[in-house]
Amino acid sequence: MRFKNYSLLYLGREYPKGTAYFRERLKTAFMKNKDETDPEKIQKLIARGDFVIKELEALYFLRKYRAMKKRYYDPEN
Amino acid sequence: MAARVLVGVKRVIDYAVKIRVKPDNTGVVTDGVKHSMNPFCEIAVEEAVRLKEKKLVKEVVAVSCGPQQVQETIRTALAMGADRGIHVEVSGKDYDTLGPLQVSKILAALAKKEEASLVILGKQAIDDDCNQTGQMTAALLDWPQGTFASEVTIDGDKIKVIREIDGGLETIKINMPAVVTADLRLNTPRYATLPNIMKAKKKKIASVKPGELGVDLTSRLEVLRVEEPAQRQAGVKVETVEDLVGKLKEAGRI
Repeated sequence: MRFKNYSLLYLGREYPKGTAYFRERLKTAFMKNKDETDPEKIQKLIARGDFVIKELEALYFLRKYRAMKKRYYDPEN
Repeated sequence: MAARVLVGVKRVIDYAVKIRVKPDNTGVVTDGVKHSMNPFCEIAVEEAVRLKEKKLVKEVVAVSCGPQQVQETIRTALAMGADRGIHVEVSGKDYDTLGPLQVSKILAALAKKEEASLVILGKQAIDDDCNQTGQMTAALLDWPQGTFASEVTIDGDKIKVIREIDGGLETIKINMPAVVTADLRLNTPRYATLPNIMKAKKKKIASVKPGELGVDLTSRLEVLRVEEPAQRQAGVKVETVEDLVGKLKEAGRI
């Protein structure tokens, strides 16, 4: 669980609204579920964490791709 | 099977940073500014790693030229799947004047030394937009080049490259060893995740000086001045067509 936290924190470095904002929300999300003991529910939460990681990676990639495309390939420029 | 791929990666100011020109107009502000790997270099690394995953090449070596900080960029390449790194130490004035000519001399020397069959680079860097290093490296090595690659396929000892050109795509077949430069649509680079970064710490980065490679870093270029682009003028709204015509006449346009 801690490892997931670190992975997410690391990804949060590049979050558009800022690292502090990201860290706040991340902490709230983890704190909300910290007393969960049901293994099935824990698995689901971990899966959600993985999902968020994938979403963030996609977000970062799309931002960069769109910026590059606009700068180098837009006929208007 | 091609033995070794050399991938050049450049540490540049991050694409999302707002660039500011230094007050003395000699360059842009780099101190304390976020840097990262050139996006086209990321695509180059990704392609090399994919070739290795397809077992078409045995080893991917990431190279970067510059001061101590470029090791971060090499580490990112290692985290993406490169096997080892080479840091060519260039700093101070030499780094300020380091350009495609010098880098291509370094890459050519390394390609020979490491007996690489393939050199993959990004098509251009987002800071200087030279689009020269790949081409110069190929010329210095007297190797064929497949530039602006949007697709690369290795077929025996030949490479099929589909190039993005004005007006469409061009397919060429070149012999190895060769130099390929990556264009935007070549692939989607993987994100260097934390576990991979941890693993990458065990991979080796060798340091080498340009002198050891027999490369002379003297630049033949001198930057005279760096300026911001002209500020965009605010647009003017007009109410009627007559107003528009009047304003155009005023501006001498019609």
